[in-house]
Amino acid sequence: MADNEIKTPPALRMNNITKAFGPTVALNDVSLKVKPAEVHALVGENGAGKSTLMKILSSVLTPDTGSMELFGNPYSPKNPIAARNLGIAMIYQELSLAPDLTVEENLTLGIEPNFTGILKTKKIRQLALEALKVFNHPEIQPQLKVSKLSVAACQLVEIARALVAGCKILVLDEPTSSLAAGDVEKLFDLIKKLKNQGIAVIYISHFLEEVRKIADTVTVLRDGQIAASNLPGVTSEDKIINYMVGRKIEQLYPRSNRNKGKLVLEIENFSGTKKPIAASLKLHSGQVLGIAGLVGAGRSELLRCIFGLEKIRKGKIKIGLYLGPASPLRRWYQGAGLLSENRKEEGLALSMTIAENVTMSKLRSFGRFGLVWPSRQNQNTGRWIDKLAIKCASPLQRVDELSGGNQQKVAFARLLEHNVDILLLDEPTRGIDVAAKVAIYKIIDELACDKNSHKAILVVSSYLPELMGICDDVSVMCKGRLGQTHNINEINEHNLMQEAIGTA
Amino acid sequence: MNVPLKWLNRFGLLLALLAIYLLFIFIAPSSFSTMRNLETIARQTVIVGIAAIGMTFVIISGGIDLSVGSIVAFSSVFVAYFLSKTHFSPLPSAVCAVAVGSAIGLISGFLITRLKVVPFIVTLGMMLLCRGAAKGIAGEQKINAPYTWLNEVLASLPPERSWMILSPGVWIFIFLTLIFAFILRYTVFGRATVAIGSNEQTARLCGIAVERTKVIIYTLSALFASIAGVMQFSRLTVGDPTVAVGLELDVIAAVVIGGASLSGGQGTIFGSLIGALIMTIIRSGCTQMGLENWIQEIVTGAIIITAVALDRLRHRKS
Repeated sequence: MADNEIKTPPALRMNNITKAFGPTVALNDVSLKVKPAEVHALVGENGAGKSTLMKILSSVLTPDTGSMELFGNPYSPKNPIAARNLGIAMIYQELSLAPDLTVEENLTLGIEPNFTGILKTKKIRQLALEALKVFNHPEIQPQLKVSKLSVAACQLVEIARALVAGCKILVLDEPTSSLAAGDVEKLFDLIKKLKNQGIAVIYISHFLEEVRKIADTVTVLRDGQIAASNLPGVTSEDKIINYMVGRKIEQLYPRSNRNKGKLVLEIENFSGTKKPIAASLKLHSGQVLGIAGLVGAGRSELLRCIFGLEKIRKGKIKIGLYLGPASPLRRWYQGAGLLSENRKEEGLALSMTIAENVTMSKLRSFGRFGLVWPSRQNQNTGRWIDKLAIKCASPLQRVDELSGGNQQKVAFARLLEHNVDILLLDEPTRGIDVAAKVAIYKIIDELACDKNSHKAILVVSSYLPELMGICDDVSVMCKGRLGQTHNINEINEHNLMQEAIGTA
Repeated sequence: MNVPLKWLNRFGLLLALLAIYLLFIFIAPSSFSTMRNLETIARQTVIVGIAAIGMTFVIISGGIDLSVGSIVAFSSVFVAYFLSKTHFSPLPSAVCAVAVGSAIGLISGFLITRLKVVPFIVTLGMMLLCRGAAKGIAGEQKINAPYTWLNEVLASLPPERSWMILSPGVWIFIFLTLIFAFILRYTVFGRATVAIGSNEQTARLCGIAVERTKVIIYTLSALFASIAGVMQFSRLTVGDPTVAVGLELDVIAAVVIGGASLSGGQGTIFGSLIGALIMTIIRSGCTQMGLENWIQEIVTGAIIITAVALDRLRHRKS
């Protein structure tokens, strides 16, 4: 790959890429240039558009407008396989190896050297050994089953697979999130080696200290736009954070008069199977308490442990007057409700109607002797359809026919229908358009307001401006540990981000 | 969606049933179109139909029960056993047989929910286990039982009782169908069944007792299979441990033709009833046309695939 011409074309150029999903603009006029033999870090908050951009690169998604070039040639692959054949390799957080196959079988999966369908086993072994030689990890044997390897080793195998396939641009999406410190160092050594071979590496990470260590160039994305491009790798973390969060808070967040009432939820030294670790917090009625942090910090696990969906290893929990762990059924009964972050897989039964979904947690209240009268379900649901302005034909419409925002309102309506006192909201505005977001902020504010219902609300969000906008207090979770509760007036996004990344 | 299409969606299955019936009226001998033949079809549907009520609950909840055929044989053997060996009178014999059969479903339910083994495997094991047990109890032969009124439950009506219009077994079937169609639609248990099949995680999140509901569902399936076993005994007048081999597949086919989805969340009792009727009509029509067994099997197979394919197409359109 030694190219001594003065004008070396960049390994990758993405020009003015725009991509919208319905009304949500995920990427707006984004351009990116990556040189050969460069480690290019891509940073930004969750939802800033990093993964959308990478999906366009690997042709999982097609852009609405914009063009791409690969080593100076126009690049518009028809599908992910074509992209792979042109030298684009993606390594995601969730590894995609076949656990029951051996290392060498995984390395050559889909490109097995063969003669009329019969595998050339010697050639496969040779290819595998060659690829693994670069890594200097003698413990990864070609004939070992992948399920026997550690996470770090699996990641190396996956990178090796990209090399065997002849990759020229390697995308690493949060590669260190599941690695121990020692393994991170080894990974960085490997990245440097790949760089010396002329491979361009696009490195996506939240951990800015890592970015400083490994990246030559940094591009910051914010709200689907480029906030800063081609910063030198040594740019200070402070400066990068400013680019990440530096936007004005818009007037989307209504805030009426709130007063903290009595204590309704208290946890102390609260630990789950893995996360959270020794978390403590207090939630009062009339309080909106936000939990900030990065994806994977253990925030969802905290809510799920509180709600009885995951096991509690130790610690104290008190909800209202009820002490100790309990099943979700008991939690509903005790006046708590959970809004799942995963609307499609957990939050809603998509093939059922709006009415069934809204009333699912309190079926027993629609008739005596275990009977359920659909007319009453529909009547109650109709109220929430009006109140939340859910766009639908009738309460009997199937939920999978609704838009994302309306689905989220249906999931929210379940908590309102149950009239719970404690609302546990996990990413309440994920993947919905601005109008629906505003509607949900408004409901949250009304619920907490002392004149109306005076509810207690615990909300997990990865979107800092949202937390700053709707919460009274915020705690930050980092790697399973929950920090102190800060009053919203005594903290800013910058500090929160530092605490979330673990540099505070 | 326009009105005719909506109408077709709701009554499409009933129309299919009518169409198949009319087809046979045209092509089969005139004996097919008699009232008497309709009554025979009703009686022939009872065994599969009753088992299909339980299977509908199982399939809607996203599970499967392969032990149904074996439980039918198991319970029919027990009826004969209680009548001939312990000299119970007919009603206690039937009730005890149903109780013993239901216990099998209770065990399956516990294994599925406690050991978290998939229903396919648990009920596959139970299928072999029950068949073996039935053969063991019967000593590998048919158990002869004294003739009682139990043997008339599914027989065609004698002239002096023609006021009943249909034989008692058919009435029991109709009664159970109505009751359980109501239970599926209008009770917490019924709604929980649909919720579990539609999305088990959501059901758990909403505080539905997923495990307990599943145990009840599998017990119910075995209960209906046992009642079908009593009917089977009534028809054969002996307890035969080798009867109803592969019956579970007919039952599953009836439920699936009736619009249930094997991935759960969808299906109705009336749909399954119509599915069972369609299967009987094809069989009866083919027999009366003098078609051989292998042709019947090919036709039934084609109908099952067509019905489900049409259902898929319909869903894609809407």
